[in-house]
Amino acid sequence: MTFIFNLINGISLGSVYAIIALGYTMVYGIAKMLNFAHGDVIMIGAYVSYCATTYMGLNPLLSVVIAMVVCTALGIIIEGLAYKPLRKAPALAVLITAIGVSYFLQNSALLIWGSAPKNFSSIVSFDSISLAGGKLIITSESIVTVIACIVIMIALTLFIKKSKMGKAMRAVSEDKGAAELMGINVNLTISVTFAIGSALAAVAGVLLCSAYPILIPTTGSMPGIKAFTAAVFGGIGSIPGAMLGGILLGIIEIFGRAYISSELADAIVFAVLIVVLLVKPTGLLGKKINEKV
Amino acid sequence: MLKKYKNLSNYARTSISTYGIILLAFVILFPLQQAGALSYSFSGMLVPICAYIVMAISLNLTVGVLGELSLGHAGFMSIGAFSGAIAAVSLGNGTPDVLRLVLGVLIGGVLAGISGLLIGIPVLRLKGDYLAIVTLAFGEIIKNIVNCLYVGVDAAGLHFSMTDVASLHMTNGTVILKGPQGAVGIPKVASFLSGIILILITLFVVINLVHSRTGRAIKAIRNNQIAAESVGISITKYKMIAFITSAALAGMAGAMYAMNYSSIVAKKFDFNTSILILVFVVLGGMGKFFGTIVATTVLYMLPEIFREFGEYRMLIYAVVLIVVMLATNSSGAKMLKDKIVDFVKNLFARSKNKKVEAGGADSE
Repeated sequence: MTFIFNLINGISLGSVYAIIALGYTMVYGIAKMLNFAHGDVIMIGAYVSYCATTYMGLNPLLSVVIAMVVCTALGIIIEGLAYKPLRKAPALAVLITAIGVSYFLQNSALLIWGSAPKNFSSIVSFDSISLAGGKLIITSESIVTVIACIVIMIALTLFIKKSKMGKAMRAVSEDKGAAELMGINVNLTISVTFAIGSALAAVAGVLLCSAYPILIPTTGSMPGIKAFTAAVFGGIGSIPGAMLGGILLGIIEIFGRAYISSELADAIVFAVLIVVLLVKPTGLLGKKINEKV
Repeated sequence: MLKKYKNLSNYARTSISTYGIILLAFVILFPLQQAGALSYSFSGMLVPICAYIVMAISLNLTVGVLGELSLGHAGFMSIGAFSGAIAAVSLGNGTPDVLRLVLGVLIGGVLAGISGLLIGIPVLRLKGDYLAIVTLAFGEIIKNIVNCLYVGVDAAGLHFSMTDVASLHMTNGTVILKGPQGAVGIPKVASFLSGIILILITLFVVINLVHSRTGRAIKAIRNNQIAAESVGISITKYKMIAFITSAALAGMAGAMYAMNYSSIVAKKFDFNTSILILVFVVLGGMGKFFGTIVATTVLYMLPEIFREFGEYRMLIYAVVLIVVMLATNSSGAKMLKDKIVDFVKNLFARSKNKKVEAGGADSE
């Protein structure tokens, strides 16, 4: 029973990682940049939802929508102000700018909400399910998280495959120059990608804090790094890869914590990542890149 | 004078500028420090700045010269710091301070170098962002392991444990490393002078490496790996040389850093520290050591300088970082710069033309 309990917890945590990793992987696929500020957008999303429910007394579901709107706007603003001018700059310059943005968001949150941890109340209001005569409890948060993850995954895949904007995204990630020649608005496409990624980050932030209810300005950093790891694990740039990587990472982390050592859980996660990358250097579902001479 | 300097070889110029600025800083600051004229907070920053300069120069060897992005450089600093601290404590109070410092720094460097070798074997097979994420992973693994490591010393030698102090099985020994509480009771033997010496050694090693046959091979790999391979340069060997040198120097910096404090925790050397050092390198200039020294010093002191802004200082730091990156790299800023340069050039050219015309009129 504990095994199944841990497995469900792992899938639930992994679903949160997967939602965050989707944002990383979409942005990487299209803009070829590591957006280290993504983890902090999660934190902002959680704070916005917290404020909406605690100070304004709004419905939790409405607070999620508000958080998504705020984060989408934030993502577009960040992209426009900090990343757009650097489109042709070296990759490292963009990376450092992203780190600057990350510091900025963390310190803004510190100034606005203070360093004292906020106790995030879960947005899920129904009761946990108890199975096998109370031996196996599935928390309501886990159920909502996993369902949210599946819905997002299906919606996103359909969007990328079927919609015109999704087609444009695939084209831009393949070849920016050629896409522009075909009349695709590259800047708009990149902005939309950031907007979707940030909206997903808001959802992830709320789900993460519903399961682990302590909210501080650095709440987003470690899940951000882990989700980034998950994106690489599954093959960065690949959407099913991010999903698979996220869920596997969550399961490995929870199992590592339960069966090996709670202090070394993170080390185990990263060790597995290293082993996977050594066997498959572009991740589990990553495309093999042939180098042209 | 300036013309003569410009005509010098790249090697001579780099040497003069880097050694020069370090010696200059030392000549000015050391007497002031000895006389007690420096503020308490500033003189407390001298050794950390020295350690971070060494860290930044060594990272610049990996990122700027070898061209591989490393996001886990603080891991090597951590290994150096804790092994150096353990060495210094186990030597005991009877040993002279200088010997404790030198041995601590050397052991820190050697152990970090060995871990650089072990980590380099898998890491250097990967490329680009994948390599970066694996260095990040190693950095986090090192932090995690040190965070649950317990080390003690008694008459029988060193004792290690991964669980708690009791399982060290020691009889009246000293516990050096207490897991999450970090290393305690470190002798504070590092000084500004030793920091400067470590920087000079680092510069000597790195500058000579970069300008040697080996260094040219490393740069060839950075510029085009396939071309370098096709002219017979062993990729693995030269990448390893750069990576291990970088790791060993980082370890020495870590040991120096640790011996400036009486206690130190593993969490200090996390992802954020790696990133901080990377920021120093990128703002200082890839492969540029003079720039690295200046950028490290200025950026390390910036939060201190902004202290008067109170709680807004880190926010201002972030804004400065973004603005500097935008100003130096964005296409808009480049166009603006070109326009200004053109304008100034035209201004000079016009006045020159006038002079020529005037001169022509005179001669007639």
